[in-house]
Amino acid sequence: MNKTWVTPGGVHPPENKLQSVTQSIGQLPIPETLVIPLSQHIGAAAIPCVEIGQAVLKGQVIAKPAGVVSIPMHAPTSGTVSAIEHRPIAHSSGMLAPCIEITSDNADTWIEHQGISDYEHISPAKLVEMVGNAGISGMGGAGFPSAVKLNPGRQRPIDTLIVNATECEPYITADDSAIRERAGEIVEGIKILSAILGHPSHIMIGIEDNKPEAIEALAPHVEGTGISVVVFPTKYPSGGEKQLIYILTGKELPSGKLPADIGMVCINIGTTYAIKRAIIDGEPLVSRVTTVTGDAVGIQRNYDTLIGTPVSHLLTHNKYDQQAGGRVVMGGPMMGFTLPSAEVPIVKTTNCILAPSYAEIPDDEPAQPCIRCGMCAEACPASLLPQQLFWYAQAQDHERLEAHNLFDCIECGACSYVCPSNIPLVQYYRAAKGEIRHAQDEKVKADHARERFEFHKERIEQAEREKEEKRAARREAALKAKANPPTADKTDGASGSKAEAKPSSSAADIIAAAQARAAAKQASPEDQQAKLERTIAATEQRLIVAEEKLAEAIASDSDKQAVFSAAVENTRQKLQQSKTKLAELTA
Amino acid sequence: MIELISQNPILAALVALVGLAILFGALLGFAAEKFKVEGDPIVEQLDELLPQTQCGQCGFPGCRPYAESIANGDEINKCPPGGQATINAIANLLDVPAPELDAEHGEESEVKTVAYIREDECIGCTKCIQACPVDAILGAAKLMHTVIADECTGCDLCVEPCPVDCIDMLPVEETIADWRWSIPDQPGQLIATDKRGELASQPNSEDAA
Repeated sequence: MNKTWVTPGGVHPPENKLQSVTQSIGQLPIPETLVIPLSQHIGAAAIPCVEIGQAVLKGQVIAKPAGVVSIPMHAPTSGTVSAIEHRPIAHSSGMLAPCIEITSDNADTWIEHQGISDYEHISPAKLVEMVGNAGISGMGGAGFPSAVKLNPGRQRPIDTLIVNATECEPYITADDSAIRERAGEIVEGIKILSAILGHPSHIMIGIEDNKPEAIEALAPHVEGTGISVVVFPTKYPSGGEKQLIYILTGKELPSGKLPADIGMVCINIGTTYAIKRAIIDGEPLVSRVTTVTGDAVGIQRNYDTLIGTPVSHLLTHNKYDQQAGGRVVMGGPMMGFTLPSAEVPIVKTTNCILAPSYAEIPDDEPAQPCIRCGMCAEACPASLLPQQLFWYAQAQDHERLEAHNLFDCIECGACSYVCPSNIPLVQYYRAAKGEIRHAQDEKVKADHARERFEFHKERIEQAEREKEEKRAARREAALKAKANPPTADKTDGASGSKAEAKPSSSAADIIAAAQARAAAKQASPEDQQAKLERTIAATEQRLIVAEEKLAEAIASDSDKQAVFSAAVENTRQKLQQSKTKLAELTA
Repeated sequence: MIELISQNPILAALVALVGLAILFGALLGFAAEKFKVEGDPIVEQLDELLPQTQCGQCGFPGCRPYAESIANGDEINKCPPGGQATINAIANLLDVPAPELDAEHGEESEVKTVAYIREDECIGCTKCIQACPVDAILGAAKLMHTVIADECTGCDLCVEPCPVDCIDMLPVEETIADWRWSIPDQPGQLIATDKRGELASQPNSEDAA
């Protein structure tokens, strides 16, 4: 029996788990349309790679990952792409987000796919790539792309793999029922993970003691594999990553660090099943186990739900009584959020749809003033001071909020649960976190704008300086020209005064010499010669054209004869001039 | 040595004190030279707090000149883009009471805007490009111009010089990525009998999802 540690704080809300595990995991008829949001994970939204009207098969890639921290999306069933547009998604804001809608053809035809059974002989990098291509993101809550988590390019070797089967939130039994029915496949998935991570020395499945059937189901499969099933007392929220690491290893994850920084990887048990399907069967993540529960639905049960299934489809198939229930919650009663509409789709992180009756979860009572009872501080699993944070959040005192480690809050809701004044504490913390992040973004933007403004100013100043310099130079040149008007021909002056400049020492001579040098610099004899040659060539060309035109005019007896003949004469003269200049120069 | 000191205690004390004074004086003088602070740190701090829109609504050509002016004793309430939040932050830094925003310099706008050029109407005069303090407008003479939205600070300095009025200041639309939770309403002053009164939300089928 492994030793376990006890986390601070925590609460014991009514579990309400039994009602949804009386039946096995069910299958629902395929809904007519499925809506796949392009962002179901942490990181950049995927980019659609299908067109409207295109026929797709189940498991076909319909959106490609955008960057490293992103995942592809796959068609959850066969059919046609009927829309790519903004739709309501499962988000507390109730805003719309880009989605792909697929109209099912009810055939559910798989695309050709193939897995590999001897994963031991395949490089971890290749396995991670397969996990990434299968579109797997963490299925426990946050939805962090699994391939990024498993990326072997890390500095520290992983010595501990923790599989999170805690499922501490009331009502939810998705992981519980999955373990009961799919323990073998889950353990297979853990073995693949172990191979990817270079066989860490400790592999632990952390599970609460309220799931005896699941523990029993795992026992035969883990025997002789080095995987230990660690059972610990039920308490909310033991399933938080930091909390679970502490319970199982006694190590505290430092603030702002990832488990990988202390040589651990923590992964949800549902994700291990998805990884097994991806590697062994070659199937991308297109479905997940979702609990449908609450007194307002007639049938409380777990379903193997296609990603993209509208919540309304689940509700109607489970005899949802709208009169009995006030709201539909995605997730559990502690951390879940009320859905803005029942049309939102199930996504990769949706472990539960909770439709409670009014009696079960009454509407929020109005909040009353904080009486400083300190119950929230006792309940906080992260050892924070919730009431201090509450005051600072109200005062928008960002500095103090950060000093009191607001960002270590896991938003578990234990403080709000115990609050006798019904203060929605978590919402204060979420708002404060949002404000602080926003302020940081603004700061970055302001710094960027300042940089650009300073560069802009410098550029203008430099242009101004250059202009001023040029102006000064011209002014000086004009003054000099006035003092000593050039008499000789430019070229003659250049060669003549150069020779005389040295012996003479009068000021006028020096200026003349400088001017001559400048003139020589501008046009050395070679340059002048080349220039004249070019002019001659061009003038000759013009002369030919002009003569042709004149001939034409004479032929057609045009009244422009005089004009053309003048032009020819003009050009001829210019040519002659240039030729004499050239002769002078070369002489 | 010890004998000498004990024989002339006053002199010894004097020598010791003068010696220490010279030593520390030299040390302080050296430190003052060695660790000299470049520029005016208060200007830097003020500049950090200003919103860097470079809009010139304060009457200065950019945020830094205004920061310098505040450091020299100017009013701190001349920055409409920063609004009351910036005024409060500056007041906090300078330890002075925070005044209201001076309406003479403009009003604080609720929504952030960015410039948008109606490209069909643009004649390519480059006047807006010259007006932009952060080089956020792209284009060339007689060619269509456009605004790099990410770089635009929303200062609206480009709107006025445009001879064909083809620049609009559009509000920045909120997306899911930058949506934020709002602070809940303040806990009301309730007494127990109010609890079930009209403040408590009524169960009805309308808000059933």
